[in-house]
Amino acid sequence: MTRSAARPAVRTQPQATAPRASRSQPARRVLLMVATRKGAWLYQSDASRKTWRADGPHFLGHVVSHLMLDPRDRRTLLAAAKTGHLGPTVFRSTDLGRTWKEAARPPAFAKAPAGEQGRAVDHTFWLAPSPASEPGVWYAGTSPQGLFRSEDGGATWAPFSTINDDPQYREWMGTAQDGTPDGPKLHSIIVDPRDPNHLYFGMSGGGVHETVDGGKTWRVMIKGMDVVEGFGFDPAKPTFHDPHCLRMCPSNPDRIYQQNHCGIYRLDRPSDTWVRIGKSMPKKVGDIGFPLVVHPRDDNTAWVFPMDGTAVWPRTSPEGRPAVYVTRNAGKTWQRLAAGLPEAQAWWTVKRQAMTADEADPVGLYFGTTSGELWMSRDEGRRWTCIAQHLPEIYAVEAAQLG
Amino acid sequence: MKVLIPSALHSYSGGSVAEANGATLAAVLADLDRLYPGIRFRMIDEQNRVRRHIRIFINGEQVHDLTQPLIASDEVVIVQALSGG
Repeated sequence: MTRSAARPAVRTQPQATAPRASRSQPARRVLLMVATRKGAWLYQSDASRKTWRADGPHFLGHVVSHLMLDPRDRRTLLAAAKTGHLGPTVFRSTDLGRTWKEAARPPAFAKAPAGEQGRAVDHTFWLAPSPASEPGVWYAGTSPQGLFRSEDGGATWAPFSTINDDPQYREWMGTAQDGTPDGPKLHSIIVDPRDPNHLYFGMSGGGVHETVDGGKTWRVMIKGMDVVEGFGFDPAKPTFHDPHCLRMCPSNPDRIYQQNHCGIYRLDRPSDTWVRIGKSMPKKVGDIGFPLVVHPRDDNTAWVFPMDGTAVWPRTSPEGRPAVYVTRNAGKTWQRLAAGLPEAQAWWTVKRQAMTADEADPVGLYFGTTSGELWMSRDEGRRWTCIAQHLPEIYAVEAAQLG
Repeated sequence: MKVLIPSALHSYSGGSVAEANGATLAAVLADLDRLYPGIRFRMIDEQNRVRRHIRIFINGEQVHDLTQPLIASDEVVIVQALSGG
């Protein structure tokens, strides 16, 4: 339905330090998918990732929560969109965004029995493709919390498993008033690449959950996770848990990292107990934030973008000094990575879906800010450059390597 | 009957005026969806509630009940009502 308008190529600032030469990954172009509060943009790089060509806006004026390329065909894009006036939907492109078609049946809750107050999807928040063994299968997480599945590449969606209407899950999900400012969310849907019947997801709020039988049964995975102190909240109850972002390591699917409302965690299966690795972050910065990114080949490396979670939760960069932090040893120690980022008076932050990595070597890192800037690092965070400014508030950034 | 479509939905209808038939508002909206697939869900949620920022008027009177009976000479006006930046 929407045609894109090509924009001139943007050359990023020259780097002070040249990145290491590629060791094993052939240089490939990167596609960045940028979802914002007022539309979506695609940025395509050259093979060196130095020049970026902007393509957009797509869906100008739509609130786009997530834009994802199907990694199984590297051609199909799904966009989760709504507008201020209109209900939520999913758009699909099979030609890398040249043309879009709306899903025939977007995610929607089951109609409630007569006399009962049913829920309505406000927006689809998270899109997740199944592994290569299940071509065409996608999952979607919504606000308010709902889990949906498509088996036809995103054209039609149906509620997945029983959790959307399960009384126990509904209690854990709470009401709209218990959730994040723009609605409680089901997010971080992770499908185990070894077994598509093994899934995890997170709910803000509502904890972390796992199934090993394709959604027939679920178990709660909150052991070791802290809850907000001082209110007498029972840590055994999922409703008090607010995972912000879960990421499974591609190089080790038994390792999951989590950025939570109450710290940074690591889980090594088969253990079911999260370990708070954020305790080793600098005290002055803390371990509160939203996004978390894992290394495509090294399960000891993860990056976070801390924010100010003190007092009234300003949700800004701590002290107005944005920085990424990296661990190279699974959370024992953290290093600050801020070269090239503003050194003071920068009060933006990064939302949970707005930071990502490519698969190149060295890894390219990308994040989009609440102030509409798109930043990247070609050398795993040592040096940052700004690719784009003046976009609407950025909700999500995904990266994919093209052929 | 004549149905006025707000600009937010022109990507479906192709313009501001549509012709749809039905004995009730629900039937007219179903007919609109037949003509322009997907348009209904953008206005009406899965619990058959008119979405928060959509208003529907029949002959100048706001209507909330989708079972409202209609006759061919009625005029249906769909309005987008949004505040904020």
